[in-house]
Amino acid sequence: MEIVSDQQRKRIHPHKFTLWVAIASILMMFAGLTSAFIVKSNLTGWKDIDMPKVFWYSTAVILVSSVTVQAALRSFRQREMRQYRSLIGVTLVLGILFVILQWFGFKSLWDQNVKFTGSAGAGQFLYVIFGLHAIHVIGGIITLLVMFLKAFFGKVKLYSSVPVEVLATYWHFVDILWIYLLLFFIVIG
Amino acid sequence: MSESIHIHPGSTAHDAVHDDHHHGHHEQSFISKYIFSQDHKTIGKQFLITGIIWAIIGGLFSVLFRLQLGYPDQSFPILETFFGHWAEGGTIKPEFYYALVTMHGTVLVFFVLTAGLSGTFANLLIPLQVGARDMASPFMNMLSYWFFFMASIVMIASLFIHTGPASGGWTVYPPLSALGQASEGSKLGMDLWIVAMALFVVSSLLGGLNYIATILNMRTKGMSMTRLPLTIWALFFTAVLGVLSFPVLFSGLLLLLFDRNLGTSFYLSDIVVGTDILPNEGGSAILFQHLFWFLGHPEVYIILLPAMGMVSEILSVNARKPIFGYMAMLGSLFAIAILAFLVWAHHMFVTGLNPFLGSVFVLLTLLIAVPSAIKVFNWLTTLWRGNIRLFPSTLFAIGFVSLFISGGLTGIFLGNSTIDIHLHDTMFVVAHFHIVMGVASMFGMFAGVYHWFPKMFGRYLNSTLGYIHFWVTMIGSYLIFWPMHYEGLAGMPRRYLDKSIWKSFNQFGDLDKMITVVSIIVFAVQLMFVFNFFYSIFKGRKVTTTNPWGANTLEWTTPINPGHGNWTGEIPEVHRWAYDYGKDGREFIPQTEPVGANESKH
Ligand code: HEM
Ligand SMILES: [Cu+2]
Repeated sequence: MEIVSDQQRKRIHPHKFTLWVAIASILMMFAGLTSAFIVKSNLTGWKDIDMPKVFWYSTAVILVSSVTVQAALRSFRQREMRQYRSLIGVTLVLGILFVILQWFGFKSLWDQNVKFTGSAGAGQFLYVIFGLHAIHVIGGIITLLVMFLKAFFGKVKLYSSVPVEVLATYWHFVDILWIYLLLFFIVIG
Repeated sequence: MSESIHIHPGSTAHDAVHDDHHHGHHEQSFISKYIFSQDHKTIGKQFLITGIIWAIIGGLFSVLFRLQLGYPDQSFPILETFFGHWAEGGTIKPEFYYALVTMHGTVLVFFVLTAGLSGTFANLLIPLQVGARDMASPFMNMLSYWFFFMASIVMIASLFIHTGPASGGWTVYPPLSALGQASEGSKLGMDLWIVAMALFVVSSLLGGLNYIATILNMRTKGMSMTRLPLTIWALFFTAVLGVLSFPVLFSGLLLLLFDRNLGTSFYLSDIVVGTDILPNEGGSAILFQHLFWFLGHPEVYIILLPAMGMVSEILSVNARKPIFGYMAMLGSLFAIAILAFLVWAHHMFVTGLNPFLGSVFVLLTLLIAVPSAIKVFNWLTTLWRGNIRLFPSTLFAIGFVSLFISGGLTGIFLGNSTIDIHLHDTMFVVAHFHIVMGVASMFGMFAGVYHWFPKMFGRYLNSTLGYIHFWVTMIGSYLIFWPMHYEGLAGMPRRYLDKSIWKSFNQFGDLDKMITVVSIIVFAVQLMFVFNFFYSIFKGRKVTTTNPWGANTLEWTTPINPGHGNWTGEIPEVHRWAYDYGKDGREFIPQTEPVGANESKH
């Protein structure tokens, strides 16, 4: 067993810190894409889109899931494991629902004849940007699934709340990122 | 398996348990020890050896195309042996020349000088010098290497496909890179290039996150930020640059992938290929350049900063003097890191950039000269009147300073947009960046390898071979790249295989032959270094003391061949900065020694 100096104890947990840096990194990726969007929207041949309604439903879903994941964290801290398990489960379902709704959003755009081919426009960016966001949500879903299975079948008792905190922070992040992206498309697009 | 348990006395339970494995002394299998290792030192060596293999491949490419550049109208059967139908009759075809240049650039910039350099030394040095058992997340660290490995496999694979590897230059500008029908190298090879680079970005991010988290969170007791060795500071800023700029490259490449395969118009507009009129409209090729150079410029500092850090450390150790102006060194690193994000458009002066905007970028670009000059001044003053020990590591560090000065000065030419109109895309640019980035960072890397080889393998590199390696490389590099400035000033374009239709460039025929001959010699000497490297791993002179160079930093307080966890007992506590050399009549005072009562202040 090794003892790490107690200096460390006042510092933020390395895994949480790593997450914050990763968030900054992900933000840069979306900043790259949204600034490309701004540059391009001033060029000729640009086509605007009508935002499909479905995206409002998915917004509601992801907002609720942020609440449930926060509640899950709270019950974990209070060691109410049954409640924790079901809340994680609910969040998981909401997360999956969100991705499915996004899919319908893409589909309804596609049906409005917003395709990949042909001249540039907000639609092509939307597929890329929202698609990339959905992939980040799927990353969160996979983590949720792992935590969920661990909570049910794990042999080791879980004491540290760090993984749950990391997960919750990430989940809030993809939520806020989504709101930002949606507003971006509505205001600028 | 062997992660440490971190006990934080008095802290609440929730941030205490780091990992639930017990750090025991299990027998490690070969696979977990050398292949899927989570030990930062092993991962560092993996990066180094992979980097060396890549350097041989990338270097060989340049020697082979130099052969053709130096002797345009001769044929070399060896070229046909290597490249088959791409060099039929022993002369390289122009398209294939471009593919070779592209792969040379990509391999050297990303696989050797990014992964091979910061991958090696960030992994090796960060935990050892900040006093940690391992990285914040050893598992992510292992993944970082394996993503790099996968990127390597994909990139290598692209060399063997029928249409050949990517061939749009290392900057892969569209529309050339976006349209498969534009050239052979824009077909499958380009897709593989993009996939390999995407994997590479993931690797860099996983590594970078870890480096940052480790430096900020895992320092041993007493190791305040201002007691960190400059290597660590440099690696820290390198990681920050990478974490913030690689994602933007990723975005840019993603859009390129869409344009290539799904028919979108992010970068394409109004294009006619042969007689085909493409439907794309409203795209902008310049957009790609913005996204690319937003990474591309920080990238050159990602390559340079680790070398700067190691050079600072090695110069101070071997001049037996404290580093001159530690805080100024820190400040200039910081300034460089900030400015690195604000100058990307200096690569785009001739793209039709608004001249007013251009002048802002000129100003910001030339500002970089200030922190750069501060660093040079401090290196020289560190050497000034020191008791310099001229080991190969010292020589390479001094060589680095020389190259950085030479290449930095030509940067000032290029940074002026008006002069750049003449110099852009000429051999002058090639000379500039090879000296300041390519060779200089290689020198930093060599310095680091000679200096830390004893820590990595418990043996020394052979010094005689080291001196030969240094002098030939030093003189050779100047002989190769200095004349390119003249070619560029005369207007000779870069990336052209055959310039014979320009009569005025015929005057450079002999110069080009000389450059080629020297490149072959320099390459041979690098192979000698590689031999020295592998031979010394097994047969080199053994290290008999834990601190062979008499250095202050923490890595020299570990056993000669440290195991996973680095220190056998407790991690030492730090009481002072890393640069107490030649103080109060003592040659060096390690960081672990408490400050004495009568000690003078530095
Ligand atoms: C005072 C410092 C520097 C200034 C003012 C400067 C300026 C420039 C400018 C204006 C260009 C564009 C030239 C053109 O394409 O027409 C350029 C190219 C380049 N510079 Fe520098 N530079 C400086 C230092 C550095 C350093 C320290 C590095 C690397 C460590 C570096 C690496 C490069 C590379 C790789 C290119 C060429 C990229 C390409 O087109 O393939 N430069 N530099
Ligand atoms: Cu630049």
